Amino acid sequence: MLIASALLVLLMLFAFAVVAGRRDWSHGIVYAGCFVASMALLSAGIEHLGHRDSAPSVVLPFGLPWLKAHFRIDNLSAFFMLVVNLSAAAASAFAVGYSEHLPERARVTPFYPLFLFGMNAVLVADDAFVFLVAWEFMSLASWLLVLSDHEKAENRKAGMVYLTMAAFGTFCLLPCFGLLAGPGGDYTFAAMRLKELGEVPGALVILLVVLGTGSKAGLVPLHAWLPLAHPAAPSHVSALMSGVMTKVALYGMVRVLFDLHGEVGWQWGAGIMVAGGITAVMGVLYAVMQDDMKRLLAYSTVENIGVVVIGLGLAIAFKADGERNLAALALVAALYHVLNHSIFKTLLFMGAGAVMSATGERSLGALGGLLKRMPWTGAAFLVGAAAISALPPLNGFVSEWLVLQALFKGPAMPHWAMKFGVPVVGAFLALAAALAATCFVRAYGIAFLGRPRSAAAARAVDVSFGMKGAMAVLAALCVFLGVVPVTVTNALSHVVEPLTGVSFAVSADLGWPWLSPVSSTRGSYSATVLVMVGLAMFGAAIVLVHRIGTRAIRAADAWDCGHAEDIPETQYTAQSFAQPLRRAFGATIFRARETVEMPEPGDDSPARHRVHMIDPVWTYLYEGIGKAVDALADLVNRLQYLTVRGYLLMMFGTLVLFLLVVAARQP
Amino acid sequence: MNSVIWQLVQIVLVVATAPLVTGYVRWVKARLQGRRGPAPWQPYRDLYRLLQKEAIVAHSASWIFRTAPYVTFASVWLAAAMVPTFTTNMFLAPAADLIALVALLAVGRFWTALAGMDVGTAFGGLGASREMLIASLAEPAMLMVSFSLSLVSGTTAPAQIVAFVLSGNVGIEVSLGLAMAALVMVAIAENGRIPIDNPATHLELTMVHEAMVLEYSGRHLAMIEVAAMVRLTLFIALIGCLFAPWGMAQPGGGPVGIMVGMGAFVAKSFVLATALAWFETAIAKMRVFRYADFLGGALLLGLLATIFLYVSEAV
Repeated sequence: MLIASALLVLLMLFAFAVVAGRRDWSHGIVYAGCFVASMALLSAGIEHLGHRDSAPSVVLPFGLPWLKAHFRIDNLSAFFMLVVNLSAAAASAFAVGYSEHLPERARVTPFYPLFLFGMNAVLVADDAFVFLVAWEFMSLASWLLVLSDHEKAENRKAGMVYLTMAAFGTFCLLPCFGLLAGPGGDYTFAAMRLKELGEVPGALVILLVVLGTGSKAGLVPLHAWLPLAHPAAPSHVSALMSGVMTKVALYGMVRVLFDLHGEVGWQWGAGIMVAGGITAVMGVLYAVMQDDMKRLLAYSTVENIGVVVIGLGLAIAFKADGERNLAALALVAALYHVLNHSIFKTLLFMGAGAVMSATGERSLGALGGLLKRMPWTGAAFLVGAAAISALPPLNGFVSEWLVLQALFKGPAMPHWAMKFGVPVVGAFLALAAALAATCFVRAYGIAFLGRPRSAAAARAVDVSFGMKGAMAVLAALCVFLGVVPVTVTNALSHVVEPLTGVSFAVSADLGWPWLSPVSSTRGSYSATVLVMVGLAMFGAAIVLVHRIGTRAIRAADAWDCGHAEDIPETQYTAQSFAQPLRRAFGATIFRARETVEMPEPGDDSPARHRVHMIDPVWTYLYEGIGKAVDALADLVNRLQYLTVRGYLLMMFGTLVLFLLVVAARQP
Repeated sequence: MNSVIWQLVQIVLVVATAPLVTGYVRWVKARLQGRRGPAPWQPYRDLYRLLQKEAIVAHSASWIFRTAPYVTFASVWLAAAMVPTFTTNMFLAPAADLIALVALLAVGRFWTALAGMDVGTAFGGLGASREMLIASLAEPAMLMVSFSLSLVSGTTAPAQIVAFVLSGNVGIEVSLGLAMAALVMVAIAENGRIPIDNPATHLELTMVHEAMVLEYSGRHLAMIEVAAMVRLTLFIALIGCLFAPWGMAQPGGGPVGIMVGMGAFVAKSFVLATALAWFETAIAKMRVFRYADFLGGALLLGLLATIFLYVSEAV
């Protein structure tokens, strides 16, 4: 009831924003309304998570005449509802202040509630028709938001690529649900659960759902739209697209692979896990080379989706092998990371938005020294950066720890492919985690530390109270979810129980603050204890040092080995920071080449140092596909210029072929 | 109750002996190079001297610069408190396993790298960039070592690994040897020793860690230096604990066990520190862009260690 009215409110806000969009006061009302609706949906999600049984399906008399529309909320959708609306509430609160800085906000405000509506409706859908309609609502509303600043050519290109990829995703999901429903055509999820799929349709369903939801979530190589589209939207929308919409896509994947599809073989789990590993490493390698702050964040989303997908793939493989406890562990790890990533990615995008509204810049090369000028934003961004770098005691580390613990158990599976494959994926995951730390040291160090690299950065002032508040709440959540991990995993065990058949038994013998997922001797982690002891040590160090030594401090110019210069260009730049990494990792994958153009003596033109890189996915995959489509179009084009005799011949040929097929299928 | 006492002893022990270990390594190196060298307890004097000096902070520095030395030190100290040195009977042992240990070290590195970039000089950024390159390969290598150890012993907790090895269920394993080689390489890189970094130089072409902390002085520098010393002790203790845990006291060992454990720890530290000094004297510093080869090798060894486990099983 609460959910239905909240969804209705979102639709009404859309209508209101369309009507009143020209008035300046209307935007605040719309975002405040979105905040209230998200909070209502959030509380509905949390309330439902406590219950074990799932609510019955609600049937509403619209949609297809023979199907009607089915809605239902179970623990899985309640969890994702929590994830979506937590970030949505924060983003709405942020947007009240932030949208004032947007040039064309009348093109943003109406579609924002529609976007929220679409994402929430996907989660409560209980038949394929409602699911796909809501999915399209989500895609198209976000597409309109991407295009809100369509004067820029790059945004138009981003919109085009996004639309193509969204169409590809739906193109995969449609036949997927068709196969799940079978020839009888009962599109309710309840009927799909009961249905036995054959071998070939079953495999096709898995393939299609991984492609369809994977293209929305950003699995490499289907991620190409994501770093274009996410930065193009206004920051509060990018936050939701990156932090939350990718999670709704993962919800679709979990729903089909763990719930609707009866049996998924371990080979599929292995394949999905490897895809996740490649996604994680590729995503972070792209991210660490980026100069545009929002694009960097979008690529880092690709990495985190990879981490989640590793967990999902492992859970599938464990489940198929009957290792239900480990499946529950891997699934809890994946879902924990879903929650964590939604929080810190929303926070980081808001931070990037705050920086943009304060300086008008989002290129790292034009920032610097912002921590002193924007202390609140700087501190919140630091928490987000540390959390996404998987540093204890923050939340990102707990989920990475759980994923690693699940991975370390992977070789227990009897298949040789898993025994050899899991360590390789483990190495990928470890590499991705370490590179993520590098990536965020670089992003934070260049943007927030050092000296300002542009006049705009030197003039920056911190953002309004509402924007700071939204970021502070999310930063506090990053700490909270990291310090009390057992509380979170206990809540998640309700979610995974229906999907894996067992409850995730944690800390059975060690008690509350000790997270020991497999057994007490297997390895444990307690952020609660670590934080308390660590703070005590931190305090002891400060007290001791001040006791023994002097407290005197003197402010002076930077030393820099004796030749400090005042010009900010002498600082390390984002490009120079990435150079060793570019050499170590980029030389083969990105074919990174550096050239130095030195003018002749006497020539006063500047020397130039250029970096050439390719995007392997575009160069090797998409350009090939593009060429193939062009060639095919050329071929088809010829059919439009045939003679009448030619057309008659074609029709005759088609008819004969058709009859032959019919004849061959007759018993 | 005993576990709390031994934990406190451990916490004090690691920080109290760390300067001595570093001083000893320097002393042996000096002797090997034909110099007389300062006494092994010279680092204590250096630290005391640094603590008495006023700290200089650049105008462009933010609060990160001033908190980083303490955060770095506290995180490394916390990590060192988790690695069993003389006993496994420690209160904090279940709070962090090997993975958490790697991450705690990463916390210190994260803050030091940020502090390096805080002042806005070329050297700070250079050091931070190189340090993060090293870390981005060393950290996965260390996780792969944990992976292979967890496959052999069925646990990622150092105390449990010690218990497993001491129970005698493990023979000579190829993969353990590979894992140890990988861990030694990681330890060299993480501590900024030759051939990765030279702790005794301030030459801009080669320095990594020193470039990052170039702006520090006074008590801040003292904290950074102690953190580096504790890190060295931590890795010596870790290698000893994972690959040569013999002599370590187990829960219920009594005071004799503790004494034996202490003695064994001193002996192990002595051997490993001497080996480090000899190795550093015998080898030349590497070019910056060859780090990736060295640490990539460590990562590969770690991966091979896990895979060899099954190959040797199948043969």
